Amino acid sequence: MKYLSALAAAAFALLLWQAIVTLTGLPKFILPSPALVAETWWQNRALIAEHTWATALEVLIGLIIGAGLGVVTAIQLAASRTTRLLVQPLLVFTQALPVFALAPILTLWLGYGLWSKVAMAVLIIYFPVTSAFFDGLMRTPQGYLDLARTMQASPARILWHIRVPAALPALASGLRLAAVYAPIGAVIGEWVGASRGLGYLMLMANGRAKTDLMFAAMLTLGVFSILLHLVVAYLTRNLDKDSC
Amino acid sequence: MSNAPGIRVEGSASINGAPLFTPLTLKLGAGQWTCLLGGSGVGKSTVLRLISGLATGAEFNGTIAATDGAELASRVAYMAQDDLLLPWASISQNVLLGARLRGETLDADHMLRILDRVGLTEHASKKPIELSGGQRQRVALARTLMEDKPIILLDEPFSALDAQTRAAMQDLAVELLQGKTVLIVTHDPAEAARLGHAIIVMTAEGLTHCPHPSTPIPRPIDDLETLECQASLLRQLQTGAA
Ligand SMILES: Nc1ncnc2c1ncn2[C@@H]1O[C@H](COP(=O)(O)OP(=O)(O)OP(=O)(O)O)[C@@H](O)[C@H]1O
Ligand SMILES: [Mg+2]
Repeated sequence: MKYLSALAAAAFALLLWQAIVTLTGLPKFILPSPALVAETWWQNRALIAEHTWATALEVLIGLIIGAGLGVVTAIQLAASRTTRLLVQPLLVFTQALPVFALAPILTLWLGYGLWSKVAMAVLIIYFPVTSAFFDGLMRTPQGYLDLARTMQASPARILWHIRVPAALPALASGLRLAAVYAPIGAVIGEWVGASRGLGYLMLMANGRAKTDLMFAAMLTLGVFSILLHLVVAYLTRNLDKDSC
Repeated sequence: MSNAPGIRVEGSASINGAPLFTPLTLKLGAGQWTCLLGGSGVGKSTVLRLISGLATGAEFNGTIAATDGAELASRVAYMAQDDLLLPWASISQNVLLGARLRGETLDADHMLRILDRVGLTEHASKKPIELSGGQRQRVALARTLMEDKPIILLDEPFSALDAQTRAAMQDLAVELLQGKTVLIVTHDPAEAARLGHAIIVMTAEGLTHCPHPSTPIPRPIDDLETLECQASLLRQLQTGAA
């Protein structure tokens, strides 16, 4: 049912798009028709695949590093009051800074290659993962904590055996959010300076008025993001199921 | 465990300066079941949490001690109305929780013997969600038994169960907690009449010891003396509330 409605929505969007092109008669370098974009996509499939792979690599590495850092930070924050007092305000403050503005400096520091884009993706997902998991860790049902205390448990063991498992559904929703944000981070990194990736391809095609190729690359990015979201949702399904 | 100590709670409590209960002395007989009844909000759970060393919203002034003079909090096992089973862990893992939380070696044989005594052997590898309310409460009882503590504090442990399951759980608990010092908080006069070696009604003014049958527990539900005790408790709770 969910997939059926997604298919219907896609068909509707294509129809609308085609109708706009037909009715307005806009030139194809302003708004190419869906058929032309599909044709361009097929003709350039090797090129698009190559750039998709570059972006995918940045996103995946960014996701792994960003999620790992987020998990470690959240556990550290939950475990230590001192860390909370020192680090939490800092975290909130950095969220007030526009991460996008950091892209040029990251490119300056890390170069035009893979790592400046990975860094962008990491920066953009670090906070959502950290805060989702941390909130979960701080919301352990009081009854579990009482029970553990009467069992003479140490804080470290309570954290590991009760608070962390109880917070896994919260972590799962943080990770699903991260899967949506990470491609945005990588593409912004590519816009600032890159020689490969879907973001680079879009910019390049746009600059040469190859609007059809720009659309093809953009739609590929969209499909990639949706697939990534589905994969992460699939991988994290057990984190939800095991708790109530 | 026959060397279960008695407990003596002496003192008063207040919440943000407003008195919760006036100075009272609560004595729990060694190896006996003490039932604590009383209206909602008089501080029954607070007394129970104070004994188990848990945080309460109240400020307590006084002393809580075991009659043998040894330290109390580490000898207490606690069971509440909510079974508090970890949903992500299997039944056997839930029963072993205390040992795991203390980093002790896990005694699987002992765990299986206890699961057998509460009649849940074939459910050992299931998740709590797959069990009925009564079965879950039996797991909670098994977890409490696994702790093997001489003092057992029960906060309305059976109040979420239907009458029949509740009676069965009362029988099982009395059988399995033999020799331990038990404090059970309850709203149910019938439960108190069945289970109390001592029955105490708590109000803001203090504690009232109520007469009860001297027959051994668990007393039959339809025993005349038990029914009379239940009726007089009900009367007393009603006048207390009025
Ligand atoms: N954490 C807390 N902070 C402030 N007040 C609290 C807290 N916990 C309980 N109280 C108050 O203390 C009083 C006694 O609470 P307690 O839970 O001991 O009552 P009780 O006798 O167990 O009631 P019930 O039969 O409804 O369980 C209540 O008025 C309650 O509002
Ligand atoms: Mg209570």
